[in-house]
Amino acid sequence: MNRESIYSKAGSLWLFKMAWRDGRASISRLLLFMASIILGIAAVVSIQLFSTNLKQNIQGQSKSLLGADYIIDSRQQPNEKVKSIIDSLVPDAYEVNFPSMAAFPKNGAAKLVRVRGMEGSFPFYGDLETTPENAANTYQQKGGVLVDATVLLQYDLKAGDSIKLGVITFPIIGAINSMPGSSGIGTSVAPTVLIPYRFVEKTELLQVGSRKEYQYFFVDPDKDLDELEKVLDPILDDENADLDTHTSSSRQIGRSYDNLGRFLNLAAFIALLLGCIGIASSVHIYIKEKLTDVAVLKCIGASRKQSFLIYLIQIAIMGLIGGLVGAIIGIGLQYALPELLQEFLPFDIEITTAPQPIIMGLLLGMFMSVLFALLPLLGTWYVSPLEVLRISEKPAVRSRKTKIVAFGAIIIFVLLFGIWIFGDLKFAAAFVMGVFVTFAILAGISVLFIKTIKRYFPASWGFTARTSLLNLFRPNNQTMVLILAIGLGTFLISTLYFTKDILLAKTQLDNSADQANLILVDIQPEQREAAINTLEENNSEVLNNLSIVTMRMQKIKGIATNDIRKDTTSTIREWVLNHEFRTTFRDSLIASETVVEGEWIKEIESGEDVMISISEGLAKDAQIGLGDKVVFNIQGVLMETIVGSIRKVDWTRLQLNFMVVFPKGVLEQAPQFHVLTTYVPDTNKSASLQQQLVSKFPNVTVFDLRQIYTVIEDILQKISWVINFMAFFSILTGLIVLIGSVRTSKYQRIKESVLLRTLGAKSKQILRITALEYLYLGILGSLAGILLSLISSQLLATLLFEEPFVPSGIPFMVFLPAIVLVVLAIGLSNIRSVLQSPPLAVLRKVG
Amino acid sequence: MSKILKIHELEKTYNSGSKKLTVLHNISFDVEQGATFSIVGPSGSGKTTLLGICAGLDQPDSGTIELCGQNLGELDEDQRAQLRNKEVGFIFQNFQLLPTLTALENVIVPLELQGAKNASKIGIELLKKVGLGDRFDHYPSQLSGGEQQRVALARAFSTSPSILFADEPTGNLDEETGEKVIKLLFELNKEAGTTLVIISHDLDLANRTQQILRLKGGKVISNEKTAL
Repeated sequence: MNRESIYSKAGSLWLFKMAWRDGRASISRLLLFMASIILGIAAVVSIQLFSTNLKQNIQGQSKSLLGADYIIDSRQQPNEKVKSIIDSLVPDAYEVNFPSMAAFPKNGAAKLVRVRGMEGSFPFYGDLETTPENAANTYQQKGGVLVDATVLLQYDLKAGDSIKLGVITFPIIGAINSMPGSSGIGTSVAPTVLIPYRFVEKTELLQVGSRKEYQYFFVDPDKDLDELEKVLDPILDDENADLDTHTSSSRQIGRSYDNLGRFLNLAAFIALLLGCIGIASSVHIYIKEKLTDVAVLKCIGASRKQSFLIYLIQIAIMGLIGGLVGAIIGIGLQYALPELLQEFLPFDIEITTAPQPIIMGLLLGMFMSVLFALLPLLGTWYVSPLEVLRISEKPAVRSRKTKIVAFGAIIIFVLLFGIWIFGDLKFAAAFVMGVFVTFAILAGISVLFIKTIKRYFPASWGFTARTSLLNLFRPNNQTMVLILAIGLGTFLISTLYFTKDILLAKTQLDNSADQANLILVDIQPEQREAAINTLEENNSEVLNNLSIVTMRMQKIKGIATNDIRKDTTSTIREWVLNHEFRTTFRDSLIASETVVEGEWIKEIESGEDVMISISEGLAKDAQIGLGDKVVFNIQGVLMETIVGSIRKVDWTRLQLNFMVVFPKGVLEQAPQFHVLTTYVPDTNKSASLQQQLVSKFPNVTVFDLRQIYTVIEDILQKISWVINFMAFFSILTGLIVLIGSVRTSKYQRIKESVLLRTLGAKSKQILRITALEYLYLGILGSLAGILLSLISSQLLATLLFEEPFVPSGIPFMVFLPAIVLVVLAIGLSNIRSVLQSPPLAVLRKVG
Repeated sequence: MSKILKIHELEKTYNSGSKKLTVLHNISFDVEQGATFSIVGPSGSGKTTLLGICAGLDQPDSGTIELCGQNLGELDEDQRAQLRNKEVGFIFQNFQLLPTLTALENVIVPLELQGAKNASKIGIELLKKVGLGDRFDHYPSQLSGGEQQRVALARAFSTSPSILFADEPTGNLDEETGEKVIKLLFELNKEAGTTLVIISHDLDLANRTQQILRLKGGKVISNEKTAL
């Protein structure tokens, strides 16, 4: 008989028809399966669409973000060499910008702002949107200023009112609604005030040590910016200046969202993995229920291939539908994300629905369904038609080769998905490896658990307790399967939770009463005493009185920084070579720092080696350690120093932390400015003090940490919301997976329970046996998962996010009991039918 | 008359723990085309195992089975499935209808497997014949036991099989319903000229067939023709 002739009769259309007929009546049983796909795909699609939109918007708007084709900027007056480069390129506009206090005579209020002294008709791309509209064109000519719209609203000001910057009072010409180069978190803390360049000097705000930035804007759309970057960047770097092109700035902006992007990708990856486990476990139950039907089909003449294909088609179509629904939900969600994140994004996001993630959603839905359903589906291939005659032969032996192929396909799928999500083979491989190592460890734990119970079996325990323990290792036990499912689910959920904590740790701002909340910077030496007096007159104790000396690194370990820049093999981070370090000198450590290496030197005598203390981060980035020599250029004077100690600094505290601290006895005579900090108990007193300070010392900038806390907390809250939302999304998928997994064990226990019932066991006893068994499995599985997630989170914190990891107790205090309860509830619901119906009825039903 | 089923020196053993359990030992018999044949014996005598092997659902350890002129030992699983589809019909004790398919769909599945174009028409006629003309769209769970067995009868005869195996066809039915189903089974069988092989505990039912094979402990103890 010709083997192929079988398939030519009932064609593929019949297979689809059968898949439809069967699926139509099984829709409720496939709900868990659908939910797993939908949630997984929705997470992936929304995140991918959002990331794609973010990237496209950054690229598309890069010129508008910069306002020009390229910029040359410097944190000091450009020297002759830089000036000649700038002049040769002919700037179209230039500015100097710096933070300063602004006073509003109308109501006596004061506010930290960023002053941008502008010459020329910047911006050249994007719009300077003002109210009234023509204010953007008239402020230069009228000699007035434009002020950030929020500030005007906040202080009840309008065009025509005045603003005092330094010693000059300006008329307010209009409100800035949006301006290239002025957006994001920075603007929320110090909103923009745009003034004509010619007035900058007259304000007398720029003093020694003032933090300022000179920017020169160029318009040249035909210029090869990459080439320009290649030629000019090294030269400018040597002179402590920098070239930003609209392409490089879009790369930088992209990078500043890296950690958020990585977390969202991780959430998507985990949501999809959970979805996959959900598919595997729900299809496992589904197919188990279908095996008798498959045997009937085979009995009446269907081939193995036909029976297999009917369910494969069904699963693939369900996957496609799930993928489609998930993709639609994902598209909806991506409209919500930018809405939530708008305030900390430097531009308005225009949402477009790119086709790629949607197609990926559909394909993912189908492939993940088919691949993760493959192992349970193989059961249909091997089921014998004899099942219909109630002959329970030995369980169908599945080919080892087929299993290996199925596992191989799953690993390749997860790996490819990881590469797509993370865009990095190394990360993807590490994640896949991590998941499989976890899988192996969990399997090992269950084997060990079974062996331990067998060895130390408490024979003296009562019947129910003994039976529940026996259930854990006798034939048909579900220990391994459930510990794997519960453990892996909990592991993924907790990893995501801990990772969320890693990212949100920065949002835990220290806002306690004994910390300074007002910082006065740029105080000139001659103003210092008077400023201290002003604070004391207002009953504000001076908490810190610091001197700041600015400097740059000239040589590191004997090699000039200019030579290090040219050395392409150097691994010293570039920022170190260009950074203007604000250093201080003191004889004691502050609360946010501890010495981790070397010895803290309090003071040195003249002629002794200058032993400095550096932060851990600087030691790593500059690749310097104890005893290494660093030469600093302190405003023209070179000073050789030796690293005497390395400090661990908690930068998350809004304190005056320093990367480089000198001992006393070295910098006292260097050009410097001063910083004072104080604590002011309430907003009104703070406002009044700020007003006094601004009127007495116009050049002094006051950072009101209370205001900054509010702004940052607000932004971080929004980011937290998105992160929490995505985490919740994945956790929800995880719960559905748990429900599916525990339900998988339904058939193992119903028969035993019903037999016990037939032999006279009371409901209470059956309930106790079942409850105890699921309790053991729930506790062991979830505890193992959470403990393993501590390791994975530590690895993620160190290798991916480069942030410290302090585990929270939530997974132990909330997840552990919650998951145990869910496992218990589902486990008990499995035997509900045993307790409610007569034993014979149940036996008939389950065969 | 030609033989539709030829069984020769059949042996079947199962592993039961470390022991080998011989379920069928040296079984040989023939069934003539168009005949009615019953296999009887106590529980554990090997009746169901024998039926499974005769219908090509399982394979013996030794011996030969020739069904409709085909040596089953020479066919692989899918070829045996095709043979069943073409030549064999089944009736089971617990009906074995596909629960997710309607009565009509259950009846026409074997026809569809053959690629028959008028499957629905044949299915409707057969359902009418078994008295379920108003139950086409009902799912098995919406039918009584007797109705389900009648759907199974319609399915079994849908492809006009050469031979029909019935495994305890009244085992899950009350006496009255069982009697109706048996009556219908014999009527349809007579009409179609199908060979009928029945497995049963019920000697009264066996006596309504032309030949009775008695099994005990996996061995044939008698193979006699009845007065019919």
